Formats: sequence, structure tokens, C-alpha cells
Amino acid sequence: MMRTYAGHSTARKSNELYRSNIAKGQTGLSIAFDLPTQTGYDPDHELARGEVGKVGVPIAHKGDMHAVLDGIALDEMNTSMTINATAAWLLALYIVVAEENGLDPAALQGTTQNDIIKEFLARGTYAFPPAPSMRLIADMVAYTIDGVPRWNPVNICSYHLQEAGATPVQEIAYAMSNAIAVLDAVRERVPQELMGRVFGRISFFVNAGVRFVEEHAKLRAMAVLWEEIGRERYGVRDPKHLRFRYGVQVNSLGLTESQPENNVQRIVLEALGVTLGRDARARAIQLPAWNEALGLPRPGDQQWSLRIQQVLAYETDLLEYPDLFEGSKVMDGLVAELLEGARAEMAIVDEHGGAVGAVQYMKAALVDSHRARIRRIEAGEQVIVGVNRFTETEPSPLLAGADGGILTVDPQAEAEQREAVERWRAERDQAAVDEALATLRAVAAGEGNIMEPTIAAARAGATTGEWAGALRDAFGEFRAPTGVGEAAAGPADSQALEALREEVARVSDVLGRRLKILVGKPGLDGHSNGAEQIAVRARDIGMDVVYEGIRLTPSQIAASALQEGVHVVGLSILSGSHRELIPTVVRTLRERGVDAPVVVGGIIPEADVEPLLDAGVAAVYTPKDFDLTRIMGDIVALVARACEGPSAASGHGAGASA
Amino acid sequence: MTGAELGARLREGDLTAAPAVLNLVESGGPAAREEVAALLREISPAALGGEAPAHVVGVTGPPGAGKSTLLGELVRAWRAGGRSVAVLAVDPSSRRSGGALLGDRARIPFDPSDDGVFIRSTAAAGRLGGLAPATRAAAHALSAAYDVVVVETVGVGQSETEVAEVADSVAVVVQPGSGDVLQFLKAGIMEIPDVLVVTKADLREVALRARRDLHAALRSLGETDVPVLAVCAVAPVTGIDDLVAALDAHRAGLDVAARRLAARRASALADFAAEHGERGLRALGGRRAAQQALEASDPGADVPALVSVLEGRVGA
Repeated sequence: MMRTYAGHSTARKSNELYRSNIAKGQTGLSIAFDLPTQTGYDPDHELARGEVGKVGVPIAHKGDMHAVLDGIALDEMNTSMTINATAAWLLALYIVVAEENGLDPAALQGTTQNDIIKEFLARGTYAFPPAPSMRLIADMVAYTIDGVPRWNPVNICSYHLQEAGATPVQEIAYAMSNAIAVLDAVRERVPQELMGRVFGRISFFVNAGVRFVEEHAKLRAMAVLWEEIGRERYGVRDPKHLRFRYGVQVNSLGLTESQPENNVQRIVLEALGVTLGRDARARAIQLPAWNEALGLPRPGDQQWSLRIQQVLAYETDLLEYPDLFEGSKVMDGLVAELLEGARAEMAIVDEHGGAVGAVQYMKAALVDSHRARIRRIEAGEQVIVGVNRFTETEPSPLLAGADGGILTVDPQAEAEQREAVERWRAERDQAAVDEALATLRAVAAGEGNIMEPTIAAARAGATTGEWAGALRDAFGEFRAPTGVGEAAAGPADSQALEALREEVARVSDVLGRRLKILVGKPGLDGHSNGAEQIAVRARDIGMDVVYEGIRLTPSQIAASALQEGVHVVGLSILSGSHRELIPTVVRTLRERGVDAPVVVGGIIPEADVEPLLDAGVAAVYTPKDFDLTRIMGDIVALVARACEGPSAASGHGAGASA
Repeated sequence: MTGAELGARLREGDLTAAPAVLNLVESGGPAAREEVAALLREISPAALGGEAPAHVVGVTGPPGAGKSTLLGELVRAWRAGGRSVAVLAVDPSSRRSGGALLGDRARIPFDPSDDGVFIRSTAAAGRLGGLAPATRAAAHALSAAYDVVVVETVGVGQSETEVAEVADSVAVVVQPGSGDVLQFLKAGIMEIPDVLVVTKADLREVALRARRDLHAALRSLGETDVPVLAVCAVAPVTGIDDLVAALDAHRAGLDVAARRLAARRASALADFAAEHGERGLRALGGRRAAQQALEASDPGADVPALVSVLEGRVGA
């Protein structure tokens, strides 16, 4: 099956995009939701500002779901929804739209991602604490097994673990442990004789990196482990249920902003890794576009990714042979090595009481692995062509267009969406909504299955924010561990780090107290890997680091900066909402009397750098600035200049880079 | 802004002075030390006409016991009761590099537009559970303006002693199933806290057993008055109001003046030792002699004045 992950701006615009992709030969639908939808906020909520329609389509109620699926035959479509904390809600909306179009929910086919543990570990779009989140998942599995029997209710993701720095061993071990946590929770809610079918409905979503031989071995190892777990832990016998089913999104961590045309061959090689051997071939592949590290891909960029898959499937002879690696000593050896490592790591997770109890342990382990990776890249031990080697280049032929090679979302879309949801609330039967939400609250506080009242609320016209709000009342709010507190102390080996440490000590003496930095992530974007690495590195060179994790409002950041007395503020943002959010943060800081310089890092297109600097940002870092030590040098120099004046500064960095 | 000005603002109950006060007390060097002394003079018992009005609460316990989450709920309850709160969160993660990751405030939800809550994270200078001189000074200073000042530290067996030197009431927080506190209590390694809190009461049986065991241990030590409370700081939240009441009850039964006097003298000794080391203490004739000298000093004196008393004796 071939898909491209898509959705943006509004339900109507996304619907146009889906229809044109289907016309080009795409055989499934992969819906990307915007961050407010993923985290359970309506477009007019304070935290949604700047995020509406940015990384996906906003779906606030069943009206939006009708619009996004307009004219698409749901009984023929296989729909993948990248949705987790609010998966029960989005599935309910999908079911209600099908019903209102006269279809039987039993005919629906597709997948909800619905993997909450990796949200706590890597992706950050959780909404509720771990225990009730697991219960929501178990309720969905128990409901769909009979209610929507062709639906894959859970798609265990190792994809994001690799993006967060996981080694292949960690990726295998944590994904399997995660699946075990889900299945253990479901086992308490369904009769044992259904466990085979439940097991057979769990699918995986894995990552494929550019080391494609090892990646292929990883998939074979996962298939072995999965069958073993099914047989031994859950007593599954049917070979059909025991098959390891997975989809793939190839790696975007390895895609680069500099010389972005090279990403095309990376994507091709990664696609090869997951299709090469028939015994471990992906069922569904979605390829990122070459310009993901730059911003939002345009329709033509997505078409290119689809064509890569079509060339692979229809032009090459790849699909004509039995398994290419059968009997290969090298492949068997690789698989055995990975299995051994993964089993050992799974045992450690088990000692922490399973994946839910081990979230903190796994998070810290990932932060450590990611740091090791960055260190290898900085030291040149891991080569990334065009980034730390072969950097001499002609201008990229792909960036020549007037739009700078990316799609930009019309800022008007957010305002329209805000007004639309207000209109929706005004025009519906409020009494029916209130009653449905009251029932939902009661079921959430008790033991019943959450799906029935969720579907009833969807039918009545409740909004995403209202559904999630009712559950937040019952379950409480939650902030996931950041992993940075537990990360081990950094290596003392590098001279550059030692020199920086001395400079931090010197500047701290001038300041009178230790140089203190606030690292924050404004908005709903939960991709915290970059911010975590900055926080850990800042500590390693001797700064005091206030790190508050994700999902902060500008006024929270300003209050923390003021109360903590920080000397510099570092903001990280990847969702594309920097144009709205960053100037607001800077303004709010100044209004509260905080004059500390502000630096920003993230996926920020070249054209947006100048306006941010104009808004008072001291420096902007993009994915091409991979050298953390250099960034740190800049930051220390920036603080030195602020406290000593420009002439006295003796910083190591080359000054603010843009 | 000078130390004296900041002290005056605190004396008048100006909560917006807090960030600048912390920036000052955390600063090193002789000039800053002079300014801190000036600040503390402005809010000394003599200047205030009595002890500072705040309830200084120490919250301590082993890592992972759920202190920050509990604090989040306590802050919410105190605010709901109209009390202003300052939290001094001492983070243990001090590293060889000298830097520290301060992650505690992430777990204390607060309304950024509410000036009645102030949270400041500080790196512990050195060992687990230790209080930096700045934290003692900050607790003294903020207690002139806030209704509640919390000092949060990590550790067992040492930290509650140090926290007791600045706090009116000390709550030790443990999670069910961690035997350390029980063993330390029985072995007499740790001081008896004013309130014991067992978190994660949602674990029902396990939490009940932990509570019973702690009660039994206290009884065997002849301590029957120490409340042992079970709380759950995640939804559905339970036991927080009881904890607030238990802390208030302890404070109500306390000779605040005597405890604060002891706190100031202990702080002075710690500051002196931090500044002059063991050699300095020996010059005074040892720790015991230093304590006697402090006990003979003016009960209304602030900490810097008491440190000067000790330094005067070295010089003499």
C-alpha cells in the first residue's frame, strides 16, 4: 500500500489534497492532524495560538470530519490516522461520519496510531497521565475487536524512538515492551479466547534509517521477537495472528537542510531497506518529502515521494523473488546480535515494572543515545554528506523557486478556524452536548468502556477540546519526564568543551552568580529532542539550566525567566508556528522586565530568520547548525557581551549566526 | 537596587521584589555579601518588631517520592486559601562541570499571571541534601513578605536536619515501598520529622501498610504525636487539605521565636563554616564553643550580625 502523510490548513483544503493524491494512484489515506487536535484543544484555546492547521488538518468536530472526507468512499478506503492521546475521539468522529453517510462501521478499514508511551518518550502529544491513557487504548481495542473488526486500533511506533536517538537495539526493545504493556492492559478487558484476534490486530510503525542493511536486520529481529511474545506470553497459536505486520516511515532525522537534494537518494536507500527481503517486507510505506527539514512539503514534493515507491514496485524486479537473505550468514549474524541486545534491554524495562513504569528510564536512555550520536557527528566519526563532510557545494537546484522550496500556510486559516468553531458551538443543540459530556465524565470516572459515550458525544456535536476537557477533569493533567535530569554527565575529553567550561566560569564570576539559561518550548510542538540536547550540553559546560519541557505559553516562559533570574533564554520550535509565537514570547519577556537575550532554534526557513531578528531575537539556529559546542560558544559570548559590553567580550563563538 | 532597598520592599510585603532578592543572595563576592547583610538587617526581628510572619515549611525526602507533584497540589491549596507562596527548590543534580539541570519547576503547575506564587530553583552546592548559604538567606528574606515559604530538598538522613535549621515545620515525604526512611528512623539515623507524608495513596493496600509501618516505628521510638498522612497528588487528588491542616497545627503549637532563633544561630554557624572552613572553627575552639558563643549573643540579631560575632572572636 502506498501513502503520503498529509494534511494542512483546513479540512476543505486537505480534502482537495487527498482527492488529488488518490487521483495520482495513491491507494490509502494518511491523515496528519494539527497539534491542537492531537493534544485535545479547540482552535480558539490559548495554547492553540499559531498552531492551527500548521502540521496537519484541524478537526474540531464531526463537521470538520465530514469536510475532510468529502467525496471519499470510506468503505473502500484504508485510512491511517496519526493520532494518539485523542485517538478514541477521532475514531469516534470517523465512525459517526461513516454512519451519517449510511455506512456500516464494520466496513471501515484503517489504523489509529494510538501509541501513547512513545508520546511520553519522544513525540510529546500526550494529554492525560499514563494509567488513564493506557485505559483509553485498552477500551478502544476492546471496542473495535467487534465494533470495527477491520480496524487496527493500535500501531506501536518505534519510528519516533529512532528520531529521539534510539539505537536499533533500543528501538526493538522499547517497541516490544510497549506492545506488551498495551496487550497486558487489554487482556484485563477481553476474554482470553479473543486474545489471538487482538494480537493479530496490533501493527507496528517502524523507522528505516540510511544504514539500510542493519535496518533490514532489525525488522527481521522484530518479527522473530513478536512471534515469540505472541506464543509464549499470550498463548496465540494461529500463524496469521502471529505475523509481524508493520508500516514504515523512513527516517527524517537523517534528512538534512544543507544540500537538501541529497535527501532524495537517502529516501530511496531507506525504502530499499524495508522492502529488500520478502520475509520482513513492510506492508505500507510512506516516504517523507526531500524538504521535510526545511518546512512543509508542497503537493509536487509529495508526488515525488509517491513516484519513488512506484518506481521501486513497478519498474524494478524487487518483488519478483523469494526472500533474498535466506541462508545469509551475515544477515543471520546481524539478527542474532540484535536479538541478544534487545532481550537484555527488555529485561531491564521489565525490572522497572514494564514500559509504563520504565518511561523515565527509557527517556533518559534515549537522551543519552541521542547525545552520543550528536557527539559522533560533531567529531566527524559519523559522516553526513553535505553536513560534516563534502560541504563545498553549488546552490541547490531545488531551492530556486519563488516560494523557497516549501509550502507556507496562510495565517488567515487560523483566524477562520477560530471563528468557525465558535459558529459551530452556537448552532448546535447545546443540551444534547451537555448531556453527552456529562455521561462521558461519569464513565471516565468509573470503569465502563469510554468508546460508547465518546461516539455519542461526537454524534451530538461536541468539540475536540470539550471531549479532552471532560477527560482532563476526570484523569488530571500530566507532564512527562524530560529525561534530562537523569542524563549521565557528559564526556570531559573534548578540549573545546573544557575551554567553554572555563569561559562559563569566567563569565559567571563577572555576573556574580553562575550563568543560568532557560530552555523552553513554546506552543504545542512536542518534539523535544533538540531542546533536551541543548539543555544537557549547557549543563555539561557548567551552566545552571532551567528546563521546563514542552507546551509552554509565552506568559509561562516569561514568568519562569523572571522568577529564575536567567541570563539568557533559548527557545526551540519545530511546528512552523515560530512566526506567531516567538515575537510574542520576546514581547512578553520585555513587558515583564526580563532583558535577557533570546536565541531560537528549530525548523526555521531562511526567509523567516530576518523577521525574527527584527522582532528582537539575538540569534537563530536551523538544522544545518549541527555543532552544539559552537552554538554554546555563541550563547556564552552573547551573555558576555550583554554583561561586559561589546569591547570586553572574549567569546569563543563566531558571534550570532543566522 | 541596593540590598537595603530590597529589604525595605520585602518588609512592606512587596512580592515583586522576590526575583531581585534571589539574584542578590545568590551572588558571590564581598560587595554582594555587604548588600545581603544590609537586606537582612532591614527584616531582622529588631526591624520587624518580631519574627517574620511566614510559615517556613521544609519538604524533603528521597528522590522519586513525588515531592514536586505534592508541592504542586500544596501550592494550589495554599493559594485557594488566599496565602502567598514562595518555593525554593534545591536541586541535587550538581555535576563535575559545575552546571546543573533544574527540572523541578516543570512539575509544579502555576498560573503565570498570579504574582502570589514564586518558584526559584537552585543547584545544591555540593552534597546531597545540603543547603547552599543562598537558600538559607533567601528563606529568611522571603519569610518577611510571603505567607508560606517552602524549602524543598532531596535526600534522607541528612537533609531533614539541615532543612530543620531553616524551617518552622519539616515534612518528610516517602512513597510506599521505599524502606529507607523506615530503616533510618528505626536506626536513629534521621531526625524525627514534624509531619510524615506517604504519597501515592492510590496504591491503597501498599500505602496503608507503609503508613502503618511508619506509625509503628515512631511509636517504638516513643513519638506518638507525629502525624503520618497518606496523600495522592494525582487525580483524583486526596489528603492535601489534611496535610495543610497538619502543617498549620504544627505551626500553631510551635514556639516560633525559639525555633527561628535556633535557625538563625545554626545558619550563622553554617555560613561561618562555609566561609572559614574547619580551620576557622578550630580557631574558635571548636563547634561546641562556637555554639556557646552564639547562644550568648543577642536574640534579635540577624544572621550576618551573628557571623560577625563569630568572626570577631577569631580576630580577638
